[in-house]
Amino acid sequence: MPLVDALPMPAQLPGRLPLGSAAEPVVVWLLEHAQPLFNGVFALVDGLTQAVESLLLLPPPWLACLLIFLLGIWRLGAGFGLAALLALALVVGLGLWSPMVATLALVLSATAICVLLGFPLGILAARSERAWGLLRPLLDLMQTMPAFVYLIPAVMFFGTGKVPGTIATVIFAMPPAVRLTRLGIQEVSADLIEAGLAFGCTPGQLLRRVQIPAALPTLMTGLNQTIMLALSMVVIASMIGAGGLGDMVLRGIQQLDLGLGIEGGLAVVILAVLLDRLGQSFACRPRSMGQRLRELARLWGVWR
Amino acid sequence: MGDAIVVDHLTKLFGERSAEVLPRLRQSLTNTEIRGRYGVSVAVRDVSFRVRQGEIFVVMGLSGSGKSTLVRLLNGLITATAGEVCIGGRAVTAMKGTELVRFRRTTTAMVFQSFALFPHLSALENAAFGLSIAGRPRTEAVRRARAALKQVGLEGEAGRLPAELSGGMRQRVGLARALAMDPPVLLMDEAFSALDPLIRRGLQEELLELQRQRPRTIVFISHDLDEAIRLGDRIALMEGGRILQVGTPRQLLRDPADEHVRRFFRDVDAAQVLTVADLAEPPGLVLDPRRPPDPAQLRRATAADGVAYLVEGDQRYRGLLGREQLMAVPPWPPTETPPPGPTLAAATTVEEAIPVVAGAPYPVPVLGERSRFLGVVSARRLLRSLA
Repeated sequence: MPLVDALPMPAQLPGRLPLGSAAEPVVVWLLEHAQPLFNGVFALVDGLTQAVESLLLLPPPWLACLLIFLLGIWRLGAGFGLAALLALALVVGLGLWSPMVATLALVLSATAICVLLGFPLGILAARSERAWGLLRPLLDLMQTMPAFVYLIPAVMFFGTGKVPGTIATVIFAMPPAVRLTRLGIQEVSADLIEAGLAFGCTPGQLLRRVQIPAALPTLMTGLNQTIMLALSMVVIASMIGAGGLGDMVLRGIQQLDLGLGIEGGLAVVILAVLLDRLGQSFACRPRSMGQRLRELARLWGVWR
Repeated sequence: MGDAIVVDHLTKLFGERSAEVLPRLRQSLTNTEIRGRYGVSVAVRDVSFRVRQGEIFVVMGLSGSGKSTLVRLLNGLITATAGEVCIGGRAVTAMKGTELVRFRRTTTAMVFQSFALFPHLSALENAAFGLSIAGRPRTEAVRRARAALKQVGLEGEAGRLPAELSGGMRQRVGLARALAMDPPVLLMDEAFSALDPLIRRGLQEELLELQRQRPRTIVFISHDLDEAIRLGDRIALMEGGRILQVGTPRQLLRDPADEHVRRFFRDVDAAQVLTVADLAEPPGLVLDPRRPPDPAQLRRATAADGVAYLVEGDQRYRGLLGREQLMAVPPWPPTETPPPGPTLAAATTVEEAIPVVAGAPYPVPVLGERSRFLGVVSARRLLRSLA
């Protein structure tokens, strides 16, 4: 029962600028002439998401849970590890493991593409005011245009499925990667730059050895933001058949099935918290081996 | 020894109309007038000086005097508007790109007021930074960085991050980072200014000790006159982008070039800087032990200070004769060996000389190397130097 039919069609109003209908020939022209490009992009994105998903499905659920449990202990302590284990057990118990992995694969592939594109763009924007002048309105557009809008061209160019879902997610989630990369690089204090130069850095070395490492906390914040935005696109992307946990929520809406919606939503929240906290923990230095062992010893004490 | 750094008519202007201002610098326009008329700020204005091999050359001035710009012109962090900087016979001001990078890797190292340590690197990694950037093998870089950390007494903190170190320790890492490069020229920009007075004093002593072990050419920027006097073999006083005077601390204190320089030194404790050699004056009566004095000289001496100083023809000090011994003349020379009395070495500061002079009944002789007689210092002369 599509809701859209009930809405009035504004296109029929007289005296309107035909901007929307002007966009259509452009898309058609692109479809006719840039097909090889779209095919190439499709193949790349498809390959990436497939690879990530099959990699994530490689270990059986119990082993994956155990690995995340250990990772949680290492990065954030015994308490977090235990909580993560319980939450994941819940996901497995609800039978949502494979949709969650599908969602994770989509989020990770989209994030990888965001970083691959956004990181160099951010550095470029930090170094050149002109590049920033061009990028900025584009980023504003990407961030504020309602996410549903670029589902339409995504479907027109790439059909339905995981690939347009990933691409729509990339568009939605990339701006913070670019913005925070630029911010981080620009925030590196003039003293550090001077020190780097005074000790004989070439411009490339300055970027690699001084600016990027010093900006790392901000860069990691950008990465975290990107992951979170990508996750928030999951439900929307499922409208064009991206699958995963979004499907549960979407079906919940369509069938007015509160239980299904809550289960799917809960799994999204668990995934989000795990990604956020674990991701953040990599922004700072890893704990020492000694600290890790002490944590484990304390955990052992809790168990006995 | 030769000159390590030669700075010749160096000028740095900031502003779009710098080229327009440059030929007008010879006119008597003040920096404020130039700023008002052309919107150009004058950071360094036609500065020339030479830094000798192995000396600590302090550039001293208040904030805004252009000293920080000056030190950055020395390693090309800032490009000069006009003039030349030569270090080790090579014109830094003409260098560009890779040449400048190579120059910084081999010739200069810098220590910063804000420490400017890389927050993501441990103390050891910070100290090894320059060598690693220069592409030295890892083992060599680590070995030299460790040695440098040891020199500044931080071998135990090699693995700690800057955030885990105190201010004094951080600047030691900053110093080690520079020392590890073993640079012929060390540039220190207000290196100790951000530290607590006690820690600052400690690091100054350490720098002097390092300098005794292995003299380097150091350009030290400071706004602290006490520091400048303590560290500097020579001081360049800077104001408004110009150098007012260059000289040893004593020269500046004794013969200030103008009112500005005098004003800088007004609050300096002269007693710690001036030496008795600066104050020494000819005594009332000098006698040669090999030539008998004439009776008129003797009478004058007994009437005035009541003392005569025995100095041989080669200026070697032999001792002094008090009133009683003078009255016993002739015979000449007096049969007894004259008592040497208290004496002062030429390098003794006024402060150190006070108890000696106060305790002596006569003006105290000042002796240079091998007992060379330089004159005497009276209590009155000492008092006047402190006024």
